[in-house]
Amino acid sequence: MSLTGFLSQLLEIALAIALAPLLTGWVNQWRAWLQNRSAPSLWQPYLMLHKLFNKESMVADHASGLFRSAPYLVFGCMVLACSIIPTLSTDLPLAPAADAIALVGLFALARVFLSLAAMDLGTAFGSLGARREMLIGFLAEPALLMVLFSASLISGSTSLTGIVETLAHRELTIYPGLAFAGLAFAMVSLAENARVPVDNPATHLELTMIHEALILEYSGRHLALMEWAASLKLFAYSCIGLALFFPWGVADAQAPLAMLLAMPALVFKLAVGGIALALLETLSAKMRIFRVPEFLATAFLLAVIGMLVQLLLAR
Amino acid sequence: MSGLPPPGQWIHIDWMLAVGLGWLAVGAAGVLALHRLALVARVLFPLGGLLGLVLFALALDALLGTPETAVLPIGLPGLPFHLRLDSLAAFFLMVIGAASAGISAFAAGYFRQGEGTPPGLLCLEYHVFLASMAGVILADDAYAFMVMWETMALSSYFLVTANHRIAEVRSAGYLYITMAHIGAIAVLLCFGVLQASTGDYTFDNMRVQSLSPFWASAAFLLAVFGFGAKAGILPLHVWLPEAHPAAPSPVSALMSGVMLNCAIYGVLRVAFDLLPLQLWWWGALLLALGLATALYGVVFAAVQTDMKRLLAYSSIENMGLLFVGMGLSLLFYGYGMLPMAALALTAMLYHVASHALFKSLLFLGTGSVLHATAERSLGKLGGLIRTMPWVGWLMLLGVLASAGLPPLGGFVSEWLLLQSFLFTPGLPVPLLTMLIPVVAALIALVAALAGYTMVKFFGVIFLGQPREEKLAQAHDAGRWERAGMLWLALGCVALGLLPVQFIGLLDPVTQQLVGAGLAERVSVSGWLLAPNGLQQASYGPLIFLLGILASFGLAFVLVRRLYHGRVRRGPPWACGFPWGTARMQDTAEGFGQPIRQIFEPFFQMRRELPSPFDTQPRYKVTVQDHFWRWLYVPIADLAQSIARLFGLMQQGRIAVYLMYSFVTLVATLLAVMR
Repeated sequence: MSLTGFLSQLLEIALAIALAPLLTGWVNQWRAWLQNRSAPSLWQPYLMLHKLFNKESMVADHASGLFRSAPYLVFGCMVLACSIIPTLSTDLPLAPAADAIALVGLFALARVFLSLAAMDLGTAFGSLGARREMLIGFLAEPALLMVLFSASLISGSTSLTGIVETLAHRELTIYPGLAFAGLAFAMVSLAENARVPVDNPATHLELTMIHEALILEYSGRHLALMEWAASLKLFAYSCIGLALFFPWGVADAQAPLAMLLAMPALVFKLAVGGIALALLETLSAKMRIFRVPEFLATAFLLAVIGMLVQLLLAR
Repeated sequence: MSGLPPPGQWIHIDWMLAVGLGWLAVGAAGVLALHRLALVARVLFPLGGLLGLVLFALALDALLGTPETAVLPIGLPGLPFHLRLDSLAAFFLMVIGAASAGISAFAAGYFRQGEGTPPGLLCLEYHVFLASMAGVILADDAYAFMVMWETMALSSYFLVTANHRIAEVRSAGYLYITMAHIGAIAVLLCFGVLQASTGDYTFDNMRVQSLSPFWASAAFLLAVFGFGAKAGILPLHVWLPEAHPAAPSPVSALMSGVMLNCAIYGVLRVAFDLLPLQLWWWGALLLALGLATALYGVVFAAVQTDMKRLLAYSSIENMGLLFVGMGLSLLFYGYGMLPMAALALTAMLYHVASHALFKSLLFLGTGSVLHATAERSLGKLGGLIRTMPWVGWLMLLGVLASAGLPPLGGFVSEWLLLQSFLFTPGLPVPLLTMLIPVVAALIALVAALAGYTMVKFFGVIFLGQPREEKLAQAHDAGRWERAGMLWLALGCVALGLLPVQFIGLLDPVTQQLVGAGLAERVSVSGWLLAPNGLQQASYGPLIFLLGILASFGLAFVLVRRLYHGRVRRGPPWACGFPWGTARMQDTAEGFGQPIRQIFEPFFQMRRELPSPFDTQPRYKVTVQDHFWRWLYVPIADLAQSIARLFGLMQQGRIAVYLMYSFVTLVATLLAVMR
C-alpha cells in the first residue's frame, strides 16, 4: 500500500462523511426554492444531527440487541460503500476488497438490517415499512446490478476502480448501452433513496411512507446515525452515478496531484446533480405503492436492454 | 472385509468404511436400547456426530490425494461392491461429514419425547441413512450405487414418517417414496444405457465405453430426470414441501442439507465422469431447468406461512441455482472453454457446501422453535429472539448466509456465479451469448427475492411481539442443540471469510471433472479472491467485514466520547397510538401479499372474501402449485383408471393369482432364452 493511496483513501472517507449531510441540505434547499417555499439553511442537516446526538435515545422496553446495533451497522455499511466508490482518485487500497457485485451486496446487507430492526418492536408501521422496503429492494437490487454490469462489460472488469479508469479515458465515445443503463440507474436511485415518485422523504403520512416508517421508532443518537446513513447512501449513489456516467476529473493512480483538481470537480458535479434531483422531485408526483413494481420493472428491463445492446455492439 | 490390509496400512477409504460400519454399529446399538432414551440421546447420537467429524477430517485429507479403490466381497455373484474415493467423492463426503456432525449433536438434544417412534429405532434409521449416503458417494459400480441409493430412500422414508400416527405425515411419506422410486427407475435405466450392452456394471467399464451422441443424450436425460426427482427440480419438486415439514427437524436438516447434495453428486458423476462426451445443449437444458426451478422455488417460498414449508421451497430454489451452475459449467465444457467451466463449477461446488451448512442450521433452528412452542405456523410465532437468544442469533447468521449477503458463505458462491456469467467470452452460438446476461439478471432477481423471503422468515418468527400468550414461556435450546447449531453457524462464517483457502480445496475436484482449476490464479494475497485477475474483479470478505466493524466501532466510541450514551426505556411510540397489540403486526400472509400480487400467474389462488352481510366474516386465501392440477392430478387419475382395468383381473382366488405368476414366469423365460 502506497502512502498516497492510504492518504487518498482516508481523505475520501472523511470527505464522504463530512459532505454527505451537506448534499442532503443542498437538495432540500433547492427543492424548497423550486416549490416557492423559503429554504432552510444549507447547514440544517448538521444542526439536526447535532441536536439529535445531544438528545437521549428512547428505546422500547422489549427492544432486542438487534434494534440498538442496527443504526451502527447500517452506518458502517454506508461508510464502507462510500470508501470503495472512487470519487477523487482511483488509487484506493480498500477498493479491491469489494467490487460492484459486493457493493450491491453491501447495500442489501444494510437494507436487511434496517428492515429487521424495524420489525423488532412489532409495531404496525415498522413491519409495514419493512415489507415495503424489501419489496422495493428486491426489484431495485437486480436492476442496479444490471446497470453496473453494463458498465463492466465496457471495461471488462467488475472492479469499480477499473470501470472508472476505463470510462474516464474514453474521449467522449458514446455508448448506447450506457444510455439505457443511465435511465435505469436514475430510476433505481430514486427508489433506493426514498425520493419522490416512489417515496417522500418529507412526509410522515402513515399510508404512504416507506423509509420514514422504518426509522419511526428511533430517536436520539440512533436516529441521528440512521439519518446520517441515509445521507451517506444518497452520496454513495450520486458518486456511483458520477463514476459511471460522468467520470471525468477523477485522478488516476499514477497522478496523486490531480486530486487537487478532482476535489472541485466532484463538488461541482455533486452540486449540479443535486439540483437535477430537486428538479426531478418537484416535477413528479408520488405514485401509489403498487405502481412501484411497474416502475422498477421498467428500470430492470431498461438495464437488461442496456446490457444486451452493449453485448451486441461489442461483437 | 477380508480384502482389507491390517490396520497399520489402512488408507483413507478403509477408514471411511470403518466410519460407515461405525454408524451401522451405533444404529444397531440403538435397536438393543430401544426405549432407553438417555443412552440413545446422550451416548449414541454424540458418537454418531463424532464419527461424522472423523469422516470430515478423513475426506479433507483425501481431497488432495490420489484416487483409492476397494472391493468388498459382498454383492452379486461376479459383481462384488466396488468402491472408489476420488476428489469428487471426497468433497461430497466432506460436506456429509461436516453437516452430519452438527446435525447429530443437535439430534442428541432433540429426540426427547421419541416422536411417535421409539428413540432406539429412530437412531437405527438415522445412522443407516447416514451410512447409505456415504455409500452412495463411495460406490463405484451401478449395483452398489443402486443398493445404497435405495437404502437411502427407504431409511429416509421411515425417518419422514416417524410421527406415523398423523395422517398427513403418512401421506407425505407416501408421496416421497413414490417420487423417490420413480427417480430410482430412471437412474437404473441410465446405468443400463451407460454400460452399452457389455453386461459389466462397474463404473470403470462405463468410463471407457464410447456411446453415440444419441445414447449419451438418452443416458444424460435419464440421469437428469432420476436425480432431478431427488433434488426437487421442476416439475418433480412437489414432494419437498410435503416431506420436509412432516419429518422431525434433524431429519429435515439431513434431507435438505445433505441428501439433496447426493442427487447433485449423481448428476455430476454421470455428466462429467461416466459419460464419454459432453454436448453443449445439455448445459443449456440444465441452465433452463435450474433457472425455472430457482425462480419458482423462491417465489413460492416468499408466500409460505409454515416455516418448514418455506425452507423446503428455499431448498428447491437452491437446487435450481446449483443446476444453473452445473449447466453453465457443462456449456463451457462442451465448447472447450476449460477455465470458464472450472469457474462455474467452483461456484456450484461452493454453493453445495454453503447450502448444506446454512440450510441444516435453519432447519435445526425451526426444530428448536417447534420444541419450545409446538407451533410451525408463522402466524402464531413472533418475538422469540428475546426468549430464545441463542437460537435467534445463530439463526440470524444462517438467514444472512441464505439470503446471499456478504460477508457470509452464500454470497461467495453467488459472486462467483455472477462472475462466470459476466465474463462469458463469446460463445460460438450468438443466441446463447445474448441469453446469458438475461439469465444473469434472473439470477440476481432470485438472490434478491431470497433476501425478501429470509427477512420475512426471521422477522416473523424472532422479531416483533409474541403473537400467542404461550410464547412468553418459550425456553431456549439445550446444550447439545446449541453446540450443533454453533458448529454449523461457524461453518457458514468460515466459508464466508476464507474463500481463497476453500477454493484451494475445490481445485482437485474441478481438475478431475473439467481438467482446469482456479487455485493458481484465484488468490493475489491470500485474502483477496480474484478468479480472473485483480484487474477484473476481486473480493476480500475479511477486509470487507473489518471495514464495517471498524466504522461500527468508531461510530460507537465517538458518539459516546463526543456526546453521551444515555438511554431511556419506555413503551414503543407507534405514532402515538397507545393501544397497539401483537395482532396489529404485519403477518406472514401480509408479507407475502406483494409477491402474490406481482407474481400472480405463478400461483393457483383461491380467495374467500367476506360479504358485507356476513355475521362472522372470514377472509381466507389458499395458494397452490399449478403443477398439482396440470400434471399430477391427471397422472393420478390415469393411474387410477388403469388400476381399475387391472381390477377386472382380480378374482379373489389364490389359484388364479398363482396362474398369473406362472404365465408371467413362462413368458419371461421364453423371452430370455430365445
